[in-house]
Amino acid sequence: MSAAARGVEPAPLIEARGLGKTYETLEHRSVHALSDASFTVRDGEFVSIVGPSGCGKSTLLKIMAGLLPSTAGTLHLAGRTVTGPSPEIGVVFQRPLLLPWRTILQNVLFPAEIRGVPPSHIRDRASSLLDLVGLGGVESRYPHELSGGMQQRAAIVRALVQDPTLLLMDEPFGALDALTRERMNVETLRIWDAQRKTVVFVTHSIGEAVFLSDRVLVMTPQPGRIARVVAIDLARPRTLSMMGSAAFAAHAGLIREHLDIGRDLDIKKDLVSGMSR
Amino acid sequence: MSVPSPARKMRGASEMRTGRFGLVPARHQVLSLALLLVLLASWEGGTRAFGVPEFMVPSPLAVARWLVAGFSEPLTSPASLAYHLGVTLAEAAIGFVVGSVAGVVVGMALAHWSAAERVLYPYIQAFNALPKIAVAPLLVVWFGFGIEAKAVMAAILVFFPMLVNAMAGYHSVDPDLIELARSCNATGAQIFHKVVLPSALPFLFAGLHMATILAVLGAIVGEFVGATAGLGMLLLQYNNTMQVTGVFAVLVVLGAVGYGLNVLMMHLERHFCFWARRRKNFG
Repeated sequence: MSAAARGVEPAPLIEARGLGKTYETLEHRSVHALSDASFTVRDGEFVSIVGPSGCGKSTLLKIMAGLLPSTAGTLHLAGRTVTGPSPEIGVVFQRPLLLPWRTILQNVLFPAEIRGVPPSHIRDRASSLLDLVGLGGVESRYPHELSGGMQQRAAIVRALVQDPTLLLMDEPFGALDALTRERMNVETLRIWDAQRKTVVFVTHSIGEAVFLSDRVLVMTPQPGRIARVVAIDLARPRTLSMMGSAAFAAHAGLIREHLDIGRDLDIKKDLVSGMSR
Repeated sequence: MSVPSPARKMRGASEMRTGRFGLVPARHQVLSLALLLVLLASWEGGTRAFGVPEFMVPSPLAVARWLVAGFSEPLTSPASLAYHLGVTLAEAAIGFVVGSVAGVVVGMALAHWSAAERVLYPYIQAFNALPKIAVAPLLVVWFGFGIEAKAVMAAILVFFPMLVNAMAGYHSVDPDLIELARSCNATGAQIFHKVVLPSALPFLFAGLHMATILAVLGAIVGEFVGATAGLGMLLLQYNNTMQVTGVFAVLVVLGAVGYGLNVLMMHLERHFCFWARRRKNFG
């Protein structure tokens, strides 16, 4: 069941048109980290971005987070141009990035504190979110006392604490072991379901993308671009046992095919440009 | 702080190996104390057995008697150890505060504006290479025989390690933590106050540890060059008049002060930097 089937057709929350990012190297050469990315994300949708290293997926996410200015195209969130970070956008990074001198609760309240929101306005929400991810008992512990999985859960709560409309996750479980990672994926869907957020999730794991998403943007490198958008028509709620199903394998196969095609094209292009040199 | 945890215990274990005060097992503390008593007893016995004259090496008991007498003198007496100790501590404390604040401010500023760092760092290195004690006579010319010259000497000695540690601390900040703060709309001042400064704290404490020792050293050296009061002046006076027992008494006071300051700094560090493990080998 896709987001569209859950109710009336929602308006696009994110609208990207021709987004690009070009870096100027010291030798005045241009490097296209991201080129002509156009896509929409509907309100409440779970979209993953999959691609190999260097395909521009993290660049795209940073542009969406307002942490990196684009050099081409436009990006709108709920009708407004994204010009910088905002409480409407919560970000979960590759590492938990908890401040080691703060307790878990103090870490979770950090974004609100920075934005001058009185803690009393947000404490109840923080506590109930910590309960939701199973960190209710460790509010006053310090990050180094928690496992990697628990730290990343705290980071997710921190991203959600100001009730953003959009949650951006940049390979959030890449550093976790495979079993913890699967548990965190189930957990992510549970949080998504409970909080009704729009999620854009960057990963290099095809299985993770298929398991989580309504749609998957497949990216290929050099220049970083969106090669294909794959809709995942698997029923929700999803369970880990579905990962063994034929339908799951078919979706994963389709994504892999697009990644491979992209790579083959690049190899051919490299060969051609290599010969012409 | 909070509930003890396995992680906290592990930290304790690593500190034990480095001989951190308070976390040494009771058995080892008893052994340390016993060793001290054995040394004192053999020193006492040795001076008696070989009839060592008191103007060469005084016996521990004589030194102890001198200490008791020195601290019993009224503060107005020229032989009052408490008065001279107070003067030296005041000089060291002023130098410590001025030197470490200046070191941290300049160090952070240099690290923040990398162009300034590149322009000024050669000069700083050159000044640091100078044996700074050599300027002590000059300080007497400029500031006289009062407390100022000693405080300035202490501040100069404290300044450089604090500067170097502040710069190292600033550069040690995890850039991803700064990105996180930016994603929360943090201003430059907020990033500095809530991310950079706390991240740098273990480095600052490494500097402050050295600074306590250097501040007392600066005060004593300043007093050697020219002073009307202070333990350094007293030390020279006793030395010149062959009152070696008095010299030993002053040395014991200085040793106790150094040890006490070290313990104090370790407690402060453990309180403020409890979260930083195995990052203390800097400076």
